[in-house]
Amino acid sequence: MIPEVGHFALVLAFAIAVCLAVFPLYGYLSNQQGFCATAKPLALLQGLALAVSFGVLMYSFLAHDFSVKYVADNSNLDLPWHFRMSAVWGAHEGSLLLWVMILAFWSVAVALFSRGIPDHMAALVLSVMGMISVGFLAFMLFTSNPFVRILPFSPANGADLNPLLQDPGLIFHPPMLYMGYVGLSVAFAFALASLISGKLDATWARWSRPWTTIAWAFLTLGITLGSWWAYYELGWGGWWFWDPVENASLIPWLVATALMHSLAVTEKRGLFRSWTLLLAIAAFSLSLLGTFLVRSGVLTSVHAFANDPERGVFILGFLIVVIGGSLILYAIRASKVSEPGEFAWVSRESFLLFNNLILTVMAVSVLLGTLYPLLVDAVGGGKVSVGAPFFNVVFVPLTAILVSGLAFGPLAKWRQSEDPRLFRPLIVTLIVSVVVGFAWPSVLGGQYSIGTAIGVALALWVAIATGIDFAKKVNLYGAVGVTLARVERGMIGMWLAHFGLAVIIFGVVMVENHTEHRDLRMGVGDSQKLGSYDVRMTDLTVITGPNYVADQATFEIYQGDALYKTVTPQKRRYNASGMVMTEAVIDSGFTRDLYIAMGEPLDAGDWALRLSVKPFVDWIWAGAFFMGLGGFVSITDKRYRQRVREEKEARASGEAAA
Amino acid sequence: MNPKRKQRMLIILGLVSGLGVAVGLVMYALTQNINLFFTPTQIATGQAPSAQLIRVGGMVADGTVDRDSQSLKVAFDVTDFDHRVRVTYEGILPDLFREGQGVVVQGRINEDQFVASEVLAKHDENYMPPEVTEALRQSGRLDQIKGEQQQ
Repeated sequence: MIPEVGHFALVLAFAIAVCLAVFPLYGYLSNQQGFCATAKPLALLQGLALAVSFGVLMYSFLAHDFSVKYVADNSNLDLPWHFRMSAVWGAHEGSLLLWVMILAFWSVAVALFSRGIPDHMAALVLSVMGMISVGFLAFMLFTSNPFVRILPFSPANGADLNPLLQDPGLIFHPPMLYMGYVGLSVAFAFALASLISGKLDATWARWSRPWTTIAWAFLTLGITLGSWWAYYELGWGGWWFWDPVENASLIPWLVATALMHSLAVTEKRGLFRSWTLLLAIAAFSLSLLGTFLVRSGVLTSVHAFANDPERGVFILGFLIVVIGGSLILYAIRASKVSEPGEFAWVSRESFLLFNNLILTVMAVSVLLGTLYPLLVDAVGGGKVSVGAPFFNVVFVPLTAILVSGLAFGPLAKWRQSEDPRLFRPLIVTLIVSVVVGFAWPSVLGGQYSIGTAIGVALALWVAIATGIDFAKKVNLYGAVGVTLARVERGMIGMWLAHFGLAVIIFGVVMVENHTEHRDLRMGVGDSQKLGSYDVRMTDLTVITGPNYVADQATFEIYQGDALYKTVTPQKRRYNASGMVMTEAVIDSGFTRDLYIAMGEPLDAGDWALRLSVKPFVDWIWAGAFFMGLGGFVSITDKRYRQRVREEKEARASGEAAA
Repeated sequence: MNPKRKQRMLIILGLVSGLGVAVGLVMYALTQNINLFFTPTQIATGQAPSAQLIRVGGMVADGTVDRDSQSLKVAFDVTDFDHRVRVTYEGILPDLFREGQGVVVQGRINEDQFVASEVLAKHDENYMPPEVTEALRQSGRLDQIKGEQQQ
């Protein structure tokens, strides 16, 4: 009975979404306030219905209701409760439910925090989001209903969650990523609403800027968590594989990053208006494309679980409608956009344009590399794959170009041609970063790596330039505390994000060029040198977990003669599915990670083992965390709240005057 | 032309030429870095180029996995049930590597053997990489395999 409540709530949400898509738009077009006013209540109702539906599915998992097919396929009596909760989004149907619920969540957020925005505009935004919701809910109800039952003969036990997903990573990574993916729909809806209304001045940029930033921050954290999860759970120690599905999240991230920067120009200076609109449409369209790639199984990827190709056709159709429709609207309306004002060749606008150009090229090249196998196959060119070398060849130089320009932007001023003295600090920055960068590989010892030298120089270039920008403000305000309290939060966010980028670059360069990595054969009693450590295998046993049996090796890691640590990597075999999983041991440190994973049993009680020392690998995720944090800090800027108040007062006084 | 329009023209010219160069370079890099896919039959009949990085997909033939007793070297046959290819590899095989399972290997042909630099097996037992499905479809054994898996 209870699962039917969830199903019913889903149908109800669909009906509400249809109303939300139609009524406010009709109200706007026919100029009837009453219809426009339905938008906010409908958004709240939709959120409520989907929360009920989601709650019911979660309840079914917690209560072991194996009459629900989705639960039977993805849970088990032995599965611990926290994994039963995250199993809700562990497979196709449930992850779609999470997708639409987050879309409904963002709609509710827009409904609640749009008081500074004219009613008809908020109504249009919610209507566009309603249309997206209609598409996804129809998709769920017709092809991927999570509440399908197995009655009357329901199984006594479930098939178990894919062991790969029995990990805390699954609890946080998909919701965070979806918050980002779906959050971009708000910027998209704002862009479309302004295209529909034809009010194409810079105001929409002002409204959608905080929404874009927060979605970007979530997307950043979601991708970071995914990378970290892949590192310790499935990747044999790698942090990025240029897997099509990873690319599917990176492409919208690159475009969203470009969008954040071009929104800054549009908001502050009223320039790049039509370009910003296009980026907003592209960012969300690409996150839809990402969903399509993940969910359709058209690409060979670690995320490509057994899928139903029919579903891919539906999403592809939906994709065509959304992208085609919004681009047609853009084509009709954007020609009316005027671009007032000018800017000098050396100005902040120019550098942000440069930023946008490079980020767009990056996004396009990753997109090309990802879709190329599909294109070749579609024209009958056979099966091909595009490997990591392609992406590295294209992405690394573009990143270098991007960060070379990064240092100039924050120091430059809006509009006017520059006094070249403004850039004088960059001369010192250049000298310091090049000298230290090129000395660094010598300090490390071993073979001199020119790649490391350039990479470290670039990281320092960004970090020092960001530090100088900060120091200039501190100089102005007198003290660090005062500065942080007085400057715009957006500026603090920018410093954090740029600094984070420098940290990421440093981590990536060190890991990629200086990882010590060995696959070898070891038995009990054997000893191996690993970096400055000695690793001794002292024991091999079989242990029994809640829903698995594991071979467990014990390693003692010595530093000189002193025992540094004892670790126990495992090779697990899960009872329900019979799947084998590697549980690697990672000893994380500030300057290096030690990584030990069990490969496979060989004869004579030996095991194939993978041992690595990965220098500064954690800096990659730490830097990405700084980036995300920067995003969250910027949206706390008081001008966003203040503006709401001002506009309310302005409206109140306007009404009083009338 | 007024200065504003001139500036815009120059920017657009710059953007278009920059994008053109970038796309050209990307396409060049792409053609240098794609890995073509071949079936075991194509390799056995000499249709695959040697010494070039390629991919081969099929099923790991039963009873063909040989491990070296001293090192991490391993050899196995990949089959599409018409022809077999002997694959050698040195290193750790993925968790889902098993006899009778679909697998994709990447590497080079060296005389009669395929020297793999990477072995890919996927994380879901019912999942078959599209390449393997294609190889089996071409050899006409796909339905047979699917039937066996479902039993």
